[in-house]
Amino acid sequence: MIAVIDYKAGNLTSVVKALRYLGAQDVVVTQSPEDVRRADKVVLPGVGHFQATQLLHDLCLTKTTREAAAKGTPFLGICVGLQWLYEGSTEAPETPGLAHFAGACERFPAMFDGDELKSPHVGWNSLEDIRPDSRLLAGVAPGSFVYYTHSWRAPVSADTAATTNYGGAFTAAVERGNVMGVQFHPEKSAETGLRVLKNFLEL
Amino acid sequence: MLTKRIIACLDVRAGRVVKGIQFVDIVDAGDPAELAHRHAAAGADEIVLLDITATHEGRGTLLDTVKRTAANLFVPFTVGGGIRSAEEAAAVFDAGADKVSINSAAIARPELIGEIGSSFGAQAVIVAIDARRVKGASDPVGEAEVYVSGGRKPTGRRVVEWAREAEQRGAGEILLTSMDCDGTRDGFDCELTRRVSEAVQIPVIASGGAGNARHFAEVFKAGKADAALAASIFHFGITDSRALKAEVAAAGVPMRLPC
Repeated sequence: MIAVIDYKAGNLTSVVKALRYLGAQDVVVTQSPEDVRRADKVVLPGVGHFQATQLLHDLCLTKTTREAAAKGTPFLGICVGLQWLYEGSTEAPETPGLAHFAGACERFPAMFDGDELKSPHVGWNSLEDIRPDSRLLAGVAPGSFVYYTHSWRAPVSADTAATTNYGGAFTAAVERGNVMGVQFHPEKSAETGLRVLKNFLEL
Repeated sequence: MLTKRIIACLDVRAGRVVKGIQFVDIVDAGDPAELAHRHAAAGADEIVLLDITATHEGRGTLLDTVKRTAANLFVPFTVGGGIRSAEEAAAVFDAGADKVSINSAAIARPELIGEIGSSFGAQAVIVAIDARRVKGASDPVGEAEVYVSGGRKPTGRRVVEWAREAEQRGAGEILLTSMDCDGTRDGFDCELTRRVSEAVQIPVIASGGAGNARHFAEVFKAGKADAALAASIFHFGITDSRALKAEVAAAGVPMRLPC
């Protein structure tokens, strides 16, 4: 069973639809820690404000997620779901993240290289520096385009599995063992996105 | 590198595409779901479905059309036309849309922008602005006026100011249609697009006037548009997004080219 965590941060329809299209039989949209505990895989989607992740703490899903991560359950955070895997975000400083990965998410700068930088970062941008050992991005060619819509981004670190350049490099995908995240929307990124989701389903 | 987006727009009435993008081999109205998938496969970066009847009776048909179109469509999908409340927007999201486009209803009640955004995120709310230059004004572009009700009713509001207010109220993108250029095939209103694009931080989608690939290159460069809507252009010699994007890329604009 694949648990897709619903924490009232946007629309889950597209993610669930993509997983089913790729052949996932048993997809459960849930807020229950028990479902997350039993799940073979866990997906944490999410668009919108980092503040929404407070509900994960309130629902006791933080502890459950840590347990699932520790016992090796493949976990995929998408967009704000990726950001939650870090220590936190300046978007909602009072709401801590899971702190599975080091660093905090920050807003895109208003200026970059002397030019005004528009925010949010919306549209198709390319994946660079793809880590050869990434299981999530296996078969994805450097330069492949994926769809983004976000104003905060995670810093680049040793856990970064791919970067994208916009106002400098940020973490497009992160991966350490069974815990993974993507800042882009794989469910809206045509063939490249479907490849990423398929890789995750096949873990 | 962030690419400029080419968005394929389907005008739909009673569940059928009535004009807008069609392939040269399709002379009559098409099926929205089929056309949307063909455009996505040909490299369109997004699909917009505009319900041009937008009547109360038509809502059920629209939701069914949205559902069929969204099925197995894995690029961003926007639905607009007659959405007047957060509840109506929610129904469209439930049917599979990623974003909604609101126009007259946002002018009538600007709070609607924030209401939809609070549930579905700012990225899911596109405010569409139908704009017309004010002829004879000292600054015809700066004083350009917002029209509603399908371009029939002037509002007395200035385009640039309304775009700024929409942004402040939480719009994720602006879809700017030049009524002066719409249907002319003489090119986008680059000056108006640039003014709006420079006035807001959020992406601006240019619409109205596309006739060839050069027009797209112009609105991306001179007009500073982040995206441009391709509607009827495919009637006039360019067969699909793939051909269009190759030409725009050749003009030096970053494009996502399909494999």
